Amino acid sequence: MSTAFLHPPFDTLERQHQAVSFGVWLFLVSEVLLFSGLFAGYGVYRELFPAGFLAAGRHTDIVFGTANTAILMSSSFTIAVAGRAARADLGRMAWWLLVVTFGLGVLFLVLKGFEYREDIANHLLPAPAFAVPVPGAQIFFSYYWIMTSVHAVHVTCGLIAVGRLIVISRNNLAWLSGSASEDATALYWHLVDVIWIVLYPLLYLVGRAHG
Amino acid sequence: MSDTTFVPAPPLDYLHDGATLKSWLLTTDHKRIAILFGLSITFFFFIGAVAISIVRLELLTPAGDLVSDDTYNKMFTIHGIVMVWFFLIPSIPATFGNFLLPLMIGAKDLAFPRINLLSWYLYIGGAAFTVLTLILGGVDTGWTFYTPYSTMFSNSSVLTAAMGIFVVGFSSVLTGVNFIATTHMLRAPGMTWFRMPLFVWAMYATSLVMVLATPVLAMTLLLIMAERWFDLPIFDASRGGDPLLFQHLFWFYSHPAVYIMVLPAMGVASEILTCFARRRLFGYSFMVYALVAIAVIGFFVWGHHMFVSGQSAYANVVFSFLSFMVAVPSAIKVFNWTATLYRGSISFDAPMLYIFGFMGLFTIGGLTGLFLATVPIDIHVTDTYFVVAHFHYIMVGGSVSAFFGALHFWWPKITGKLYPERLARFAAITMFVGFNLTFFPQFVMGYLGMPRRYHVYPPEFQVYHVLSTCGAAVLGVAYILPLFYLIWSFRNGARASSNPWNAKGLEWQTPSPPPHENFLTPPIVEQPYDYQPADIAGGRDAR
Amino acid sequence: MDDRLKRIWLCPLLTWLALCGLLTATCAVAYVPLGVANFPISLCIAAIKAALVGLIFMRLFENNALNRLAAVAGPIWVFVMLVLMGADYFTR
Repeated sequence: MSTAFLHPPFDTLERQHQAVSFGVWLFLVSEVLLFSGLFAGYGVYRELFPAGFLAAGRHTDIVFGTANTAILMSSSFTIAVAGRAARADLGRMAWWLLVVTFGLGVLFLVLKGFEYREDIANHLLPAPAFAVPVPGAQIFFSYYWIMTSVHAVHVTCGLIAVGRLIVISRNNLAWLSGSASEDATALYWHLVDVIWIVLYPLLYLVGRAHG
Repeated sequence: MSDTTFVPAPPLDYLHDGATLKSWLLTTDHKRIAILFGLSITFFFFIGAVAISIVRLELLTPAGDLVSDDTYNKMFTIHGIVMVWFFLIPSIPATFGNFLLPLMIGAKDLAFPRINLLSWYLYIGGAAFTVLTLILGGVDTGWTFYTPYSTMFSNSSVLTAAMGIFVVGFSSVLTGVNFIATTHMLRAPGMTWFRMPLFVWAMYATSLVMVLATPVLAMTLLLIMAERWFDLPIFDASRGGDPLLFQHLFWFYSHPAVYIMVLPAMGVASEILTCFARRRLFGYSFMVYALVAIAVIGFFVWGHHMFVSGQSAYANVVFSFLSFMVAVPSAIKVFNWTATLYRGSISFDAPMLYIFGFMGLFTIGGLTGLFLATVPIDIHVTDTYFVVAHFHYIMVGGSVSAFFGALHFWWPKITGKLYPERLARFAAITMFVGFNLTFFPQFVMGYLGMPRRYHVYPPEFQVYHVLSTCGAAVLGVAYILPLFYLIWSFRNGARASSNPWNAKGLEWQTPSPPPHENFLTPPIVEQPYDYQPADIAGGRDAR
Repeated sequence: MDDRLKRIWLCPLLTWLALCGLLTATCAVAYVPLGVANFPISLCIAAIKAALVGLIFMRLFENNALNRLAAVAGPIWVFVMLVLMGADYFTR
């Protein structure tokens, strides 16, 4: 690895990579706490309105939800392999895997768009004509809209980061192995996947067993 | 005869290494970013001060005769928002932490210099939203934004205010990430964890709180914005929401936030006290454990802001007990600072005067916290001036005193100039007198029942309010005086040597002001606070 | 070349297959009427999936004590928040 990647104040490339990795993890911890504000509220209201949550949860689209979970998990897989390939100096393989990751991320957002359109058509936006008249159902959907849109913003930021990797390394594959950017981006992308893994049962698996 | 040996000019110090605006606005040098933060927070300090001056002027008379109700509400709200998020939280960490952390551990810069610059720009972004809020007529919810008033009934600029705090919160988080990574990864050879100055430990503990607590505030503000802007029911009781959920989420951040404001001050106190008593710090390890304990236990006590909100009695008991627990490490620190003074050779320079002020005022503030943690007492004094006095004793008497102590102690290092000592001592004493005159009457009137956030009050409280406002005027003098003599010092002051205080610590082993890369020769790491000879009794524990 | 490719692909592939299996399982179990147990079970499966992503994809399994410490700090603090908020909500 060329020392062209070394930034002050670090003295060794290894230390720099360690620091970037640790720094990103610290940032990910802050992101977990960001979503925890939503998890806590969800937990409170689920406790206060069990019937409302069960009634409302049935109205989320499990096909869209499960498909999107599978898509995000697969994109996590592809970016994980991309990192390993980059570290093994298989730059071309890594680059293409990043492109696939980007594509899967875009697919996630596209499906989310269709899902939102369907939700609005089904009167699932908390408004006077709301589709589920059980107390607490509107709050479930407040959380649905906020959780999924905040998550979607994170997916978008992740796509920008992955896109940046693709663009910079297009004619400079060695950059993928030497720079700490790939590792940092991948960690962020995995977090976006983990958040969705937690959101999935909260939003899509509620009330399925009851009628 | 002329000496023809070529002697290279010494490297320019960081202040003069590049004089264009671009070199300042695009700098990644932690020392310059510290200055950028320092100037920004000073500007906002004065905005917050103007707001509260209007409040204190109104309170001179029992009638509401100076400003309207709405304007009064907006004044104390903007005072709180600006002072908490745009002054106190960044104050010591983003200025002195930024400047000193790499120097104190022997590093060339923070781990992520560009992220550091981003932190400042995020501060400016948040500040822009706050200024926009002022231009649009202000916000009147109180700095605490309680629902349902903030989400459903306030007619003021809640969204822009919330947005400003949301943005500046990320500045905090990134600073915290930077400090933690730097402390783990960039200590000089020989600088083990238990040789680090307490100030570095304090920055580390503060950073843990910044990273873990701030995002919850961000989400809480987002929820306010979602409810207000998109009419999504979250806290709206008429649609099933619980207003107390807001308070739980808000205070989950805002209590640890007060530790973000006080831990750095404690770090400063340890640095200055040891230097001006010429003693090692008493109980170094316990001081470290206490910092971390305060940071951690501080997350468990937020419910003491909600004793009368309607939360369950059981929760009240739990939070009351935990609040008593968090006082213990703070008390340990006060005892250890006092013990550090024992048999010391004490000099009363301005930084030391500020730290003496800090110790006394923080202790009073802390003790009154115990009264407030006691549920039966809190039920009587909650939402009165007793609470206002309590937190001002800690945040202003404590943190701001320490900030001024730090400003004077490290002024020679930061600027390469000496400040006028007698004027500085006068300002320090004036601050102590003005502070007590402002806030001690508030303890009394709060106990007697004067509610907070009221601009119309029964006439029997007027004498206390008049005393308080006079005190505020004296405090104002104490704040403005340094502004003048420090600017004078920067332009015309005597040059400072690398170590005008003969202090220990790596930052004093480099010229004043330091060069861009911090150290010309690798610094020599010693035991911390090695002020007294090893054979003198009373300081055996610093490893 | 084969050995290198195996080292790059095998472990993530197995992890991905496990994740897909767990996704199928959690989806299927959601339709089985288990009363109050449905929710905790789906959360447990989610936790396992998250752990797999964290340990293998995010390389916490490797020699990285500091990152592991950071990784557990998040959930621990969330736990603190939930427990102490519960001290109010479960005792009203």
